[in-house]
Amino acid sequence: MLEHLVGITDLAQLDGFEELDIDTVEGLLDEAGRFCAEQLEPLNRSGDTQPARVEGNTVVIADGFSEAYSMFVENGWNGIAFDPAYGGGGLPWTLGVTVQEMVHSANMSFALCPLLTQGSVDMLMHHASEEQKETYLHKLVSGEWTGTMNLTEPNAGSDVGALAAKAVPAGDGTYRITGNKIFITFGEHEMAENIIHLVLARTPDAPVGTKGISCFIVPKFLVNADGSLGERNDVSVVSTEHKVGIHASPTCVMSFGDEGGATGYLIGDENQGMRYMFTMMNNARLSVGIQGLAVAESAMQLAAGYARERKQGRPIGADAGAAIVEHADVRRMLMTMRSHVEAMRGLMYLNAEAMDRSTNGTGDEAAAAASRAALLTPLSKGWGTDSGVEVTSIGIQVHGGMGYIEETGAPQYWRDSRILPIYEGTNGIQALDLVFRKLPLDGGNAMRSLLDDMSSVARSTDGGPLTDLGIALDAAIGDVETVATWMAGAAPNDVAAGATPYLALTGTAAAGWVHVMSAVAAQRLLDDGAGDTDFLSDKIASARFYCGQFLPRTASMVAACTAGADPLYAVAAERF
Amino acid sequence: MKVAVCVKQIPDPAVPGELDPSTNTLNRDDKLILDESDSFGVELALQLVEAAGGGSVTLVSMAPRSEVSGLRTALAMGADDAVLVSDDALAGTDALGTAKVLGAALGRVEPDLILAGVESSDGYTGTVPEQIAGVMGIASVTFAKKIEASDGMLSIQRQTDDGYDEVTCPMPALVSVTGGVVEPRYPSFKGIMAAKKKPVDQVGIADLGIDASAVGFAGSRQETVAVVDAEAREAGEIVIDEGEGFQRIADFLAELKVI
Repeated sequence: MLEHLVGITDLAQLDGFEELDIDTVEGLLDEAGRFCAEQLEPLNRSGDTQPARVEGNTVVIADGFSEAYSMFVENGWNGIAFDPAYGGGGLPWTLGVTVQEMVHSANMSFALCPLLTQGSVDMLMHHASEEQKETYLHKLVSGEWTGTMNLTEPNAGSDVGALAAKAVPAGDGTYRITGNKIFITFGEHEMAENIIHLVLARTPDAPVGTKGISCFIVPKFLVNADGSLGERNDVSVVSTEHKVGIHASPTCVMSFGDEGGATGYLIGDENQGMRYMFTMMNNARLSVGIQGLAVAESAMQLAAGYARERKQGRPIGADAGAAIVEHADVRRMLMTMRSHVEAMRGLMYLNAEAMDRSTNGTGDEAAAAASRAALLTPLSKGWGTDSGVEVTSIGIQVHGGMGYIEETGAPQYWRDSRILPIYEGTNGIQALDLVFRKLPLDGGNAMRSLLDDMSSVARSTDGGPLTDLGIALDAAIGDVETVATWMAGAAPNDVAAGATPYLALTGTAAAGWVHVMSAVAAQRLLDDGAGDTDFLSDKIASARFYCGQFLPRTASMVAACTAGADPLYAVAAERF
Repeated sequence: MKVAVCVKQIPDPAVPGELDPSTNTLNRDDKLILDESDSFGVELALQLVEAAGGGSVTLVSMAPRSEVSGLRTALAMGADDAVLVSDDALAGTDALGTAKVLGAALGRVEPDLILAGVESSDGYTGTVPEQIAGVMGIASVTFAKKIEASDGMLSIQRQTDDGYDEVTCPMPALVSVTGGVVEPRYPSFKGIMAAKKKPVDQVGIADLGIDASAVGFAGSRQETVAVVDAEAREAGEIVIDEGEGFQRIADFLAELKVI
């Protein structure tokens, strides 16, 4: 996929990625995979049964996590895709997310800690002063310190603009931060020697809403001029949440300023916090999509292993005592899981590739890549995590009654994945992002360009053995266009009403596009007599299954996309 | 301190292996990986050089098709360089032939200490390390679980059925390392990126002054005459515990002379 779909080695032609070759990529993935399988995966179930809990002024994390985290940091996996100027590996984001996928597949609770650090690094890289970068970035990139994002408050969730945390200038250039934050992932722990909280708060005269939000660095331990750690800051954990999943990941209620005010350092200018947040949002949202993919992959592997072993019933046409994998319905479930996981992976790697081309490319190409990344991001996050929940749910179903029993491990993947459509912008918000920000992007040209690329992929199958796939893709492209055209002329709330089905429609069509591209690449290799024949023909089979059985669903989604708001408001609010 | 480690690159044990029916030798057409039983020697070598405050770790390997994947893994762990002997004439080489080839390659390295695994995980002859020492005319110590070096002498704890022997011997020497005696480090990200730039000296048998007739199928004194499938595992005995289960288990273990 990296070699023939994404063209990872082509990225080596971009500035800064010269060290990339396919042997290096394979070596990295092999060793990262081995580390994840041997050190992180064995802690996944045990972490699930030992939820993070507050003890004294810290949070106790499940057994083994701290040692595993130290090893993760020592082996340098935290910073592989960050800037070499701060000790990072300088690899393309495309490769960063492939390793991120493996870490999440092995242990999503564990992986959340470096994921939040990633958000902090992104924010500081783009907006912090040189001095702040020097102070914090080296250790955040290495993972010796971890990062958090403090946005949410009890009355400010999806509506970040409603937040009330205060930041008052202390007269020495620093600020005193007071307020409460909730849902703070890895807000407190002792796996690393320091935690760098990035906190959104309002200065005294700030305008209301999102225009009055500023972003501050609030270290758990203040950092002295020589880089050593000083006194503990006035920030503390109040409690951890009892959650559906990701039990080993502490989701903290944090209190700032119980003793008069936590010391905070302003990033950039006052009232620019929300704008700064947007610069890291694409990366963060893609990473959440990657989480959906990662957990779905694990659920699929578990289900496939069970289906090959478990004997039950006599499948039609099979010998008595055959495994349940021989039942048609079980095959349907496994093919559904497989074709979705492969499409998710292709879509998200292409999303990451567009990000790399936008940051390390030049001129018009970089600008076009930035638009492509912006357009694909709500699909990766929204469609990708909805699919993740669906795939992990099917993973339970494959296990039958045993799927409802925790010891199989199947329910954990489903429970862990259930947060993904919620955080980092709910999937409802992703859908609104798609229809209100991304459809009109570049005067509609971002979507136009994607549809053109999809069409040329469909065209490339004409007259060949994959023509049926191309025809199915063409029809789906037509459905994406039909709704886009309708939305361009519709009233805002009618567009909003169709946003979620349109995200599903567009995601499905994009998945078909990825599958047809994969199938074309696989067919070309088969024709050339190159590569693993089984692997390549399986790719085509998966693509044909998706294009034959899922892609046609886009036609049925058009009606929901274009029905407008009236049907949703036909029952009065108080009668729900 | 200059340490050489003999490492074998073998077919991935996770993938079912295949024998070539015409020669009864293992099919090695796919990518080869570092034999896990050699990773302990690599780790010990790295620790010895770190303890000595300097030196180098050189890998020596013999593999078909100039295969370097397994070497890259050991280089990523921290080894400095490698000598790879790859030559079409080597297909079918037996244990003694392998020892001659590796001995000649090691002669070019001139190490103070040579480490090797006790036996490979694909061939299991368990004779190559001692044959290398014989070919090179140096001391050989087997089944090491701990190695210390100082003033040209090695102190070795040599694992035995009853415990361990303490052995001292002068360098240069060849020591075979028991599997599992140390926790091999993971290749770090920086190690992996650095590994691809580390030198791998690729040589053929002519470079080592070895005649093709002395190696390969032609020079092999070892012949696999027949291959039979391993016996299928029999169903275990189920003991129903009616209060005496512990005694049955104890008797069974005593019968196996485990207790």
